[in-house]
Amino acid sequence: MAAYKPVVVQACPKLGEKITQDTLYWRGYKTPVQIKEFGAVNKIDFSPVPPYNYAVTASSRIHIYGRYSQEPIKTFSRFRDAAYCATYRDDGRLLAAGSEDCSICLFDVSGKAPLRQFKGHTKPVHLVGFLSDKYRIFSGGDDYSSNLWDIPSAKEIISYTEHTDYVRCGCPSKVNADVFITGSYDHTVKLFDARIKSSVMTIEHGHPVESVLLFPSGGLLVSAGGRYVKVWDILKGGQLLVSLKNHHKTVTCLCLNSSGQRLLSGSLDRHVKIYSTTSYKVVHSFNYATSILSLALSPEDETIVVGMTNGVLNVKHRKPEEKNENSQKKRQPAYRTYVKGRTFMPKQEDFCVRKPVKRVLRKYDKLLRSFESSKALDAVLEPPIMLHTPEVTVAVMQELHRRGTLRSALAGRDEKQVNLLLTFVARRVIEPRFTPVLVTVADMITDIYQPVVGQSAIVDKQFLKLQEAIGKEIDYQEELLEVLGMMDTLFATFTKKRDTCLEEKKSNGVTKIIGTSRNY
Amino acid sequence: RRCPRGLRLPRGARAPSARVTAFPRCRYLLCASGDFVKVYSVSTEETVRVMGGHADLVTGIQLNPHNHMQLYSSSLDGTIKLWDFMDGIPMKTFTVGPKLLALYTLASAEDSVFVVIPKKGERDTFQLVSVKLTKGAGQDLESKELSVVLDGVGPSVKHIAFGREGAYVVSVKHVNLQVYFFKRKLLNRFCLSTVKTKGGDNRFSCVVCHPTEDCIATGHADGKIRLWRNFHHRKEYTYSTLHWHHDIVMDLVFSVEGTRLLSGGVESVLVQWHNESSCQKDFLPRLGSPIECISMSSDGSLCCTLHTDNRITIINSNLRFSRSIQGLIKSRDVKTGLVVDPRTKALVLNGEPGHLQFYSFQSDQQLFSLDIVQRQFIHQADLKQSDLVKVAFSARGAWLATVEESEEVTDPELQLKLWFYREEAQSFELNTRISTPHDNHITDMCFRDMDELGDDSLILVTTGRDCVFKVWVMVEDTDPEAHQSVSWSCDFVGSYHNYQATNCCFSEDGSLLAVSFEETVTVWDSLTWDLKCTFCHPPGNIRKICFGRLTCSKYLIGATDYGFLCCWNLLTCALEWSAHLNIVVLQPDPLSEHIAAVSWLSKESSLFVFKPNEPRPIYIQRNLCKEKILLAAFVPRDEPEIINSEKYLWLRKSQLFFLTDTQELMTLSTKPLEERLTPSSKQLAVEESLPVTPFSLLLGKHRRQQAQEDIDLGKPVVHNKQEQASPAVKELLHTPAHVLPSASFLCTIFINSLLITKENKSAEEVADEVEMESEKAEDDSDEEDVTAMEQEDTSHMELLGEMTCKLSKSQEKELRKIRKMDYSWISAF
Repeated sequence: MAAYKPVVVQACPKLGEKITQDTLYWRGYKTPVQIKEFGAVNKIDFSPVPPYNYAVTASSRIHIYGRYSQEPIKTFSRFRDAAYCATYRDDGRLLAAGSEDCSICLFDVSGKAPLRQFKGHTKPVHLVGFLSDKYRIFSGGDDYSSNLWDIPSAKEIISYTEHTDYVRCGCPSKVNADVFITGSYDHTVKLFDARIKSSVMTIEHGHPVESVLLFPSGGLLVSAGGRYVKVWDILKGGQLLVSLKNHHKTVTCLCLNSSGQRLLSGSLDRHVKIYSTTSYKVVHSFNYATSILSLALSPEDETIVVGMTNGVLNVKHRKPEEKNENSQKKRQPAYRTYVKGRTFMPKQEDFCVRKPVKRVLRKYDKLLRSFESSKALDAVLEPPIMLHTPEVTVAVMQELHRRGTLRSALAGRDEKQVNLLLTFVARRVIEPRFTPVLVTVADMITDIYQPVVGQSAIVDKQFLKLQEAIGKEIDYQEELLEVLGMMDTLFATFTKKRDTCLEEKKSNGVTKIIGTSRNY
Repeated sequence: RRCPRGLRLPRGARAPSARVTAFPRCRYLLCASGDFVKVYSVSTEETVRVMGGHADLVTGIQLNPHNHMQLYSSSLDGTIKLWDFMDGIPMKTFTVGPKLLALYTLASAEDSVFVVIPKKGERDTFQLVSVKLTKGAGQDLESKELSVVLDGVGPSVKHIAFGREGAYVVSVKHVNLQVYFFKRKLLNRFCLSTVKTKGGDNRFSCVVCHPTEDCIATGHADGKIRLWRNFHHRKEYTYSTLHWHHDIVMDLVFSVEGTRLLSGGVESVLVQWHNESSCQKDFLPRLGSPIECISMSSDGSLCCTLHTDNRITIINSNLRFSRSIQGLIKSRDVKTGLVVDPRTKALVLNGEPGHLQFYSFQSDQQLFSLDIVQRQFIHQADLKQSDLVKVAFSARGAWLATVEESEEVTDPELQLKLWFYREEAQSFELNTRISTPHDNHITDMCFRDMDELGDDSLILVTTGRDCVFKVWVMVEDTDPEAHQSVSWSCDFVGSYHNYQATNCCFSEDGSLLAVSFEETVTVWDSLTWDLKCTFCHPPGNIRKICFGRLTCSKYLIGATDYGFLCCWNLLTCALEWSAHLNIVVLQPDPLSEHIAAVSWLSKESSLFVFKPNEPRPIYIQRNLCKEKILLAAFVPRDEPEIINSEKYLWLRKSQLFFLTDTQELMTLSTKPLEERLTPSSKQLAVEESLPVTPFSLLLGKHRRQQAQEDIDLGKPVVHNKQEQASPAVKELLHTPAHVLPSASFLCTIFINSLLITKENKSAEEVADEVEMESEKAEDDSDEEDVTAMEQEDTSHMELLGEMTCKLSKSQEKELRKIRKMDYSWISAF
């Protein structure tokens, strides 16, 4: 005698992204806080010391925000024109910024007026940075030059004019106090050593360079420009390690996470992609509302701040770690109850009488077992099942159809239930995996409830919805067939040349046979 | 010289037709099956004995009411046989003459039995007659003394029943019920209306009588059960109705006391009705297949149901499933073909609905049943069920491919499933499920058979009525999180002129694939999937194709609809030879070049065995059987059989099986029937004759322990005769409790009988004895012996005067001497 076999619910392999450790990690942020700035946010820089304030450069102001503050805790607004690239020094006490009026200002974080002003550039300065010895500043301007300044005397130390276009990005080396790199719109990245009067290394990126980044080890260089993010090995003389093309618009900013394991890139295509720095594969990606200009990640990845072209600052904070203390406190059955009777070893001549294993059946299975068709259908029309696992509902409908009792199960329902049924059918009938079953169900419902059409406004509305859904689907299928026809003609012209092969390969279930008409 | 002949195996063939009889002590189950009566052991489910002797179908078996070790059986050949079924010996044969359709015995009728025979001169009318069994000395007797009891009865054994103590007989036919009272010689007829109202159908299907009351239960075609009472009166009779079954009630049976009524039908649910007034009932659902007969053992402790798929289920009195006896399960339709599992060499075909059965011919057992469809089967007429239609095994049996489809013609729900054999679980596990592999029915399926290349080269080809054939290959799953490493996906789709693909076949080395498209056979290269060449033999579609093997691998054989068998040479691409034969089955032997072809011509099947390289068949068997043979399979033998005759050398390596359209499994054999059907160990019957009681279990345990100890000591096992053979214990165990004297009286006898004599000492004593015996003088032991003997003698005196065969003193001494003699010189030989 066989036991009752539960209804087989057709499992469908889930398409789309797989859940990995990375997705879980990067999803662990709260809903973003949006702060409106006065203009496009061109630079965000985190203070390297706690409490990790960050400086946001937008329009002619530099705002400093605290970790959770939505209002700036400090503002530097002494610029006559747009400010660029406000950057913290390593100790977090000084802040340097370039400006549209060709000067560079140095601020004390606690003060208001600039401590020093460096003048020497003839065009706006888009790049400012501190060398790692803390006493020198490097800068790059639209006059194609990159300069090195001494902070105490506010004098220019050296000026390199090797770039042939605007210098827009740069980065100091953390291991050598004399080395910094600049990227320019002339498609090159140049490595300078302050002790030498010319550039040490030139790397051809191939596109106007928008952002450069040095790894903490100083051995790897990342440059972003055009749609490409390229990684170079400096120690090997600037050899290209890998070229990543994951954005479909210009990449504008780069950033490393605190551990150096992940590389983030923001782009005008509104995406932030996160790469693993070991495999250089995209492990996660964020979506934003508008094009991204700047991006920064706080130490310990606590906060992601993204600046956009429309002046919106998007701040995401990490969710606090969920503490499982509550669940641990839940009283578990004592260990005794688990081992009770299980440690007994039967002797050779003992008769073993086992407790029959109790099989747990779902509610609809229990009802189907006792041939209660209508109730079984009711059980799967409950909202949680219907919404989250529509395949269960469809599987039970199919089983009822197989038993020939679907019609009687559908019949005799009141307005509310018919409404529920029709909502489900209208919504799901276009899903290919459910279509064969739900078309039958829709047919039956129309058959059964045809006489009462017009008596209830709600049901009539649902019928119209169903009609609309099916009409849309038919149009869509027609379009698809048209495309298929076009492709067929294209393929046919190809296959004429290769006379030997008759058929094309096919993939996942969709078959296409091309050019089978060959005369023998 | 022994002649091979087609052997008809009744087990797969005909479902037991008569009501089953269970032996009173519930140890054996007797069952008519084809031309034989089979004896099954209830506890082990094994066939204990097959009693053959009737020349035609056995229609009825009944225990002799006066001797429960004897059995009457009736057959269509017009004879009644009396058997001693414990030994399987036919005792008497009574020749009656006309066809006997049913058999009944009555305790009150001294030396006559009742049979149903067709009425002379009229078709389709039958009468119940009583046959006086002549007493005589000889084995074969004539019993022509017939006296008609009832006229116009139904032909089935279920249509007649005898009332309590044989006072009356009831017969049902169509909508008529007639009761004949023997004593009063009164015949009462009752008639139900023939009008079918509201789906009601009053026709009778079966009838039984209450064992103690005047009550008749009848089953009807619309699922109703009527209980008739007061039928002594023509007018004032009453009946009450029980209704649960939605379709015809196949059989009814009353329990021994008459308190319960069991009924069964197409729903394959056994229903137990307790009380007709309260309508209280119990169910035993999902018995697997429609119930044909129900039978109750005479003590009421067991009940068994007989199913349409050739299976017997034994059910406890508390309506619990106990066990089932099954051979080859008869399925509704064998669509899968006869396939051989390379691993177990079992025949694989449709079993229960949605299951695949693995049937071992050698042991006549179903090895296991694999659930393919995995859906609850609803036993209801006119439902579109989905069932298994195609099966294929890979060369070593590691992969199994199955195709299931629903019965709907226009839109079959197709599913292709691939199963992997898991060694740990010893069974197949589902690996890949492909929904709608083809847009229309799948016509054929085969694996590329390549032993030497391993699993990487495994390819599955399916052909469909949607005019394409598809090639499926295994792909590694790159995702490390997936729980299985491989899955199957489509690799290539081929078609030819938009013709329906009907058959496919790989050559032996796997390099070529032959696919037949209606009239044409196409040959494809299996590496590049290029079309190599085409063959056809118009007119007529290709019915079967196969490649030659071994030395004949350059030939391709095809059979067409219009009766041609063609052999093409693949090297010259030309027709080698053809023959005009209506071939229905074409089966190559996997181990040799031979190909078996079965033709069907004017109501007889003929077998031809040939090698492709010569057009002359090496073996022809005309008129193999009357039924149409649908399927055939070669099963490789474990070791080549020694066959003297040159004519049958082709049977040396494999055995050929056929399945006919009536689902009879047949095989060709060079040995006569008796040798193959060796009754499974008479030992079994002897050992089982001991009743199993808690006491005997206790004794058995005790005995086993002792035997173990003996072995441990390294002493030759001296069987302790006493517990077993001692008349005291035996008497104690076998005498009914109510005639035994009081326990205080028995106690001393019992204890004495358990006292250990010289030969059988307890473990410690035996250990001492081994050492002592070599040293001790004979006279010492003599003394002991005397006391022991005396003890025993006294105990015997008290016993029931029975003398056991005991050795005298002198004889015992003699024995001991012999035992001490040195026989080591024997070992030198």
